[in-house]
Amino acid sequence: MSSVARSVEESPSEPQTRGNPVKHRVEELDSVVVRFAGDSGDGMQLAGTQFTNASAIFGNDISTLPDFPAEIRAPAGTLAGVSGFQINFSSHDIYTPGDLVNTLVAMNPAALKTNLKDLEKGGLLIVNSDAFTFNDLRKADYATNPLEDGSLSGYRVIPVPINTLNREALKDIRLSPREVDRCKNFFALGLVYWLYDRPLEPTLRWIREKFAKNPAILEANTRALKAGFHFGETTELFQVQYRVPPASIKPGTYRKITGNEATALGLVTASVLCNKTLVYCSYPITPASDILHALAELKRYGVRTFQAEDEIAAVGAAIGASFGGALGVTGSSGPGLCLKSEAIGLAVMVELPLLVIDVQRGGPSTGLPTKTEQADLLQALFGRNGESPVAVVAPCSPADCFDMTIEAVRIALRFMTPVILLSDGYLGNGAEPWLIPDINALPRIEITHPTKPNHDGQFMPYLRDARLVREWALPGTPGLEHRIGGLEKEDVTGNVSYDPLNHEKMVRIRAQKVANIANEIPPLSVNGPEEGDLLVIGWGGTFGSITTAVNRARRKGLKVASAHLRYLNPMPKNTGEVLKRYKRILVPELNCGQLLLLLRGRYLVDAIGLNKIQGKPFLVSEIESEIHRLAGT
Amino acid sequence: MPVLRSGTQEANGENMATVASTPLPTLTPKDLSSDQDVRWCPGCGDYSILAQMKKALAGLGIPREKFVFISGIGCSSRFPYYMNTYGFHTIHGRAPTFATGLKIARPDLSVWVITGDGDGLSIGGNHLIHAIRRNVDIKIILFNNEIYGLTKGQYSPTSRIGTRTKSSPQGSVENPLRPISIAIGAEATFVARTLDVDVNHLTDTLRRAAFHKGAAFVEIYQNCKIFNDAVFEYATDKSIKADNTLYLEHGKPLVFGKDRNKGIRLRGLDPEVVTLGNGFAVDDLLIHDEKAEEPSLAYLLSRMVYPRFPECFGVFRAVERPTYESLINKQVEDVIRSKGPGKLEELFASDDVWVVR
Repeated sequence: MSSVARSVEESPSEPQTRGNPVKHRVEELDSVVVRFAGDSGDGMQLAGTQFTNASAIFGNDISTLPDFPAEIRAPAGTLAGVSGFQINFSSHDIYTPGDLVNTLVAMNPAALKTNLKDLEKGGLLIVNSDAFTFNDLRKADYATNPLEDGSLSGYRVIPVPINTLNREALKDIRLSPREVDRCKNFFALGLVYWLYDRPLEPTLRWIREKFAKNPAILEANTRALKAGFHFGETTELFQVQYRVPPASIKPGTYRKITGNEATALGLVTASVLCNKTLVYCSYPITPASDILHALAELKRYGVRTFQAEDEIAAVGAAIGASFGGALGVTGSSGPGLCLKSEAIGLAVMVELPLLVIDVQRGGPSTGLPTKTEQADLLQALFGRNGESPVAVVAPCSPADCFDMTIEAVRIALRFMTPVILLSDGYLGNGAEPWLIPDINALPRIEITHPTKPNHDGQFMPYLRDARLVREWALPGTPGLEHRIGGLEKEDVTGNVSYDPLNHEKMVRIRAQKVANIANEIPPLSVNGPEEGDLLVIGWGGTFGSITTAVNRARRKGLKVASAHLRYLNPMPKNTGEVLKRYKRILVPELNCGQLLLLLRGRYLVDAIGLNKIQGKPFLVSEIESEIHRLAGT
Repeated sequence: MPVLRSGTQEANGENMATVASTPLPTLTPKDLSSDQDVRWCPGCGDYSILAQMKKALAGLGIPREKFVFISGIGCSSRFPYYMNTYGFHTIHGRAPTFATGLKIARPDLSVWVITGDGDGLSIGGNHLIHAIRRNVDIKIILFNNEIYGLTKGQYSPTSRIGTRTKSSPQGSVENPLRPISIAIGAEATFVARTLDVDVNHLTDTLRRAAFHKGAAFVEIYQNCKIFNDAVFEYATDKSIKADNTLYLEHGKPLVFGKDRNKGIRLRGLDPEVVTLGNGFAVDDLLIHDEKAEEPSLAYLLSRMVYPRFPECFGVFRAVERPTYESLINKQVEDVIRSKGPGKLEELFASDDVWVVR
C-alpha cells in the first residue's frame, strides 16, 4: 500500500489534552494498513473491530481481514496462539484489506515473529516491550531479543512498555492484576488512535454500553484507551502523526458490516420481501455460526432459529419448514455441506425451495477452520449422487452478501429449487462499509400457493408452468393432498415411477429448470475494455484483489479487463461470449482451479489459472504480477 | 411395598376438548386411502397398521388436509404414499428432522413420523432422541420387525442376539436396543407399545398418541413374513400370549396371565413375577402410573423382556410438558409483545451509522 505524504503541517494534537503534548508533524496519507497482533487472549479482534468502527464512522473506506487460530486459547505466548486483525482504511475506494502492513502492533514476541514478514520495509512497528521477557522470547523461538539484536533495523521500531503504562494508569481501580492486564488492548488501541488521529467517541460509547453493569471494568477500559491516546500525544517516541481524510464515496447512510452480518440481514430482509417466516436451521460450525447468532437475536422480526442436533438435521428441518410454506434456510461450512448432500438431493427431487449457505473454509476434512478458501465450488455444483442440479451463487464482498442472499432466496422460491450460496471465511468475517438500502426500493418476491386443483378437478403436484416450475401447494390446503418423496416421480402426477423413459425425461426437466434461471439473472458485466488482451475472471471473495490489480495494470497501460461471476450455476447467458472477446483468460482462485475447470469445460476456452491455497486471500500484488507476466511487461 | 401412584385424572381424553370445538368432518377410513397400489409383501404386518391408522384418524375430527405423514426409508416408510393426506417420503433415518422443521413452521398440522427399527434406531437414532427430548408435537410410530426388510434381510439394531440373517450367518452378536427404553431415556412425554395383530389395541393406542400434545412415541411389534416371521409369536399366539404379555392400565395393578393370577411386584429395585394367592395379594403388586413425575417405573417396565418376564403393552408414560414449537413461538411472541414488531429500517441502523453527503 502506498502511503505517500501529501501535505505536511505542524500542529499540536487535538482532543482532551493532558500532560504536555509534544508538537508532532502531521502527514496526510490516502491509504493505510494497520495490523493488531497478539496472543489470542489479548483482545486483538476487539481492538481491530473498534478501530474499524472508528474509521468507518470517521468516513474512510475500509476493508478488514481478521486472522485467528482455530484454538480458542492456544497456550499463551506461543506461535500457535497468535491472533491478528488487519484493517485498510482509505480516503478513496478500496476493495481489499491491503497487501503490506504500514503499522504493525505486536503485543508479544510470537506476534512479532509470525507477522513481521507482512510489514513493509521501513514500516512502523509498535511493540509491547514488557512482553519481551526471556520466557516469552523462548516460547516464540527467539534465541536473542529482536529488540536488542539489530534484526529489526529495517523498521521504525517503537518499543512501548504497555503492561507497565497500563497498570500505572489503572492503579487505583479495584480490579485484580489479571483484570487490569486484560485492558492493555485498549491502551494499545488508544495509542494507534492517536497515531492516526481517530475519534475516541465511538469506542468510548461502545465501552459504556458493553460494561454498563460493571462500572470498574467500564472505568478501566475507558482509562486505558485514553491513557494510550495521551501517551501518543506526550511521548517523544513518535515524530509524526498521520491523517487519512474521509473518502468521497457515494452519498447515503452507511454502516460497517461483515459478510456474516450482511447474510443474516439479507435473510431477514428476504423474508419480509417474500412475506414468509424465516426458519433458519443450523449446527454450530466455524465460520458460519455468527449467522445463527445474529438471527437468534432477531425474533422481533419473526425469525425462528433452530439449533439442530447435527448438520443433517439442520438441512432436514429447513426442507420440512419449506414444505410447510416457510422460508427454510440452513447455514454451514464445507464439512457441513458434505453432510447435507443427501438432503439437498432430496430437495432437488421434490423440488422445494431451500437455501443452503456455505461459508467456505480451508479443507479437505476439518482442514483450516478459521482460514478462508474457495474449494467448495465443485462440491456445491456436483457433490451429490445422481444428476442433481442446483443453483449456485456467490457474493463478491462482505456487503454483497446482503444482495446475493436476497438473490438466492428469490431464485429458490421462484424456481422451487435448492440454492447454494457460497460465501467464505474472508467475506464472512471481513468488513466494509455498507450503503444502507432504501427498503421500499427493494423488489418484492411475489409467491403464490395454489388453493384449487389444477387438472380436471385433481391436484397434480408435478404439473409445471412455462419455466418448468411446479406449484408450491401447502399442507393444510383442502383438496390438494399429495405425497412427495425421494423416489423418482412420474411427470405431472408425481406418483412413484420406475419407468426408464420417464426417469430420463425428469432428469432433463430438472436440469432445464435450473438452466432456465439464466433467463432471470443479469448478464456478466466487464470492468475495463470490452475486448482486449486479457480478461481476469473470478468468483466470490477474490473480487477485491482482482479488481484492484486490474485497475492498477490498466493505469500502467495494459489492455486488461476483469469480470466477476456472482452466478455460478447457471452462469449468465453472455458468459461464453464475453470470454471470447479476449485473447487470454486468467482465472485467479483460492483453490486448485475449480472455476477454471468449469470455464474450460463449458466454453472451450484456453483459460489459465492462478491458484493459491494458503488459507489467505490473494494479495493484489500476486495477481498484478501475474497480469504483467502474461502481458510480457 | 412402594406404590407408584399419582393423578386421579382419567388417562384418556385430556385433549379431547381442543378437538371437540371444531366441526367434525365425517371422514371414513376410505377417505384416507390414496389411489396408489399398496406394495408390501402379502402377510406383512404393515397392512394392519395402515388399516388401523385410517380407522384411528377417521374418528379424530381433524380434517384430512391437516394430516402430514413423514417417513424415512424402509418398508414402513412407504406408508405415506398410501394415505390420502399430505405426505413426505424423505431420506433414511431423517424423518424426525423434516417433521421438526415442519412443526416449527406449521404448529397447526397433525404431523406423523413413520419409521422402522433400522430407520429410526440405527441410521436415524440421533434424530429420534433429539425430537423426543425437545418434545416436538409429532407422533412417531416405529414399526419394529427386528430386521432390515427392504434390503432383503439383515439383522437390525433391535434383532435379538443370535438372530441368523444374511449378514449374520452365525447369529447376531450385538446387544439389541429396546426402543421404549431409548424413548424413556430421552424423556419422552408419551410412550406406548402395541402389536400389528391386536387391531383394537393398535387403534386405541394410535388414537391416544394423536391426542397427546408433544412427542408421542409408539412402538409397534410388526411381523415381517419374509425375513423374520413369527419373531413375536410369544406375544401373538392365542394359546400362549396371555402368559407372555401384560396390558398396562393406568392406576391398575400389574396383573397378567391366562388365569389373571400372576403379577409384578418390586423387589428392591427389580421387578419380580409372583403368583397371586401364593402368599401374595393384589395389594403387593406394582400399580401402573403413566403420569409418574419420574420415568423410573416406565423404564423398569421397558426392561421386562420375554421369556423372563411378560412384555408390556399399552401406555408406559403420558405426561405433560410444553411442546418445542410452542416454546419457540412463545419467545417470538413475547419479544414482539414487549418491544413491538421489528422494522427493517431500525435493524439496518442497529449499528453505528454515518451519513455521506
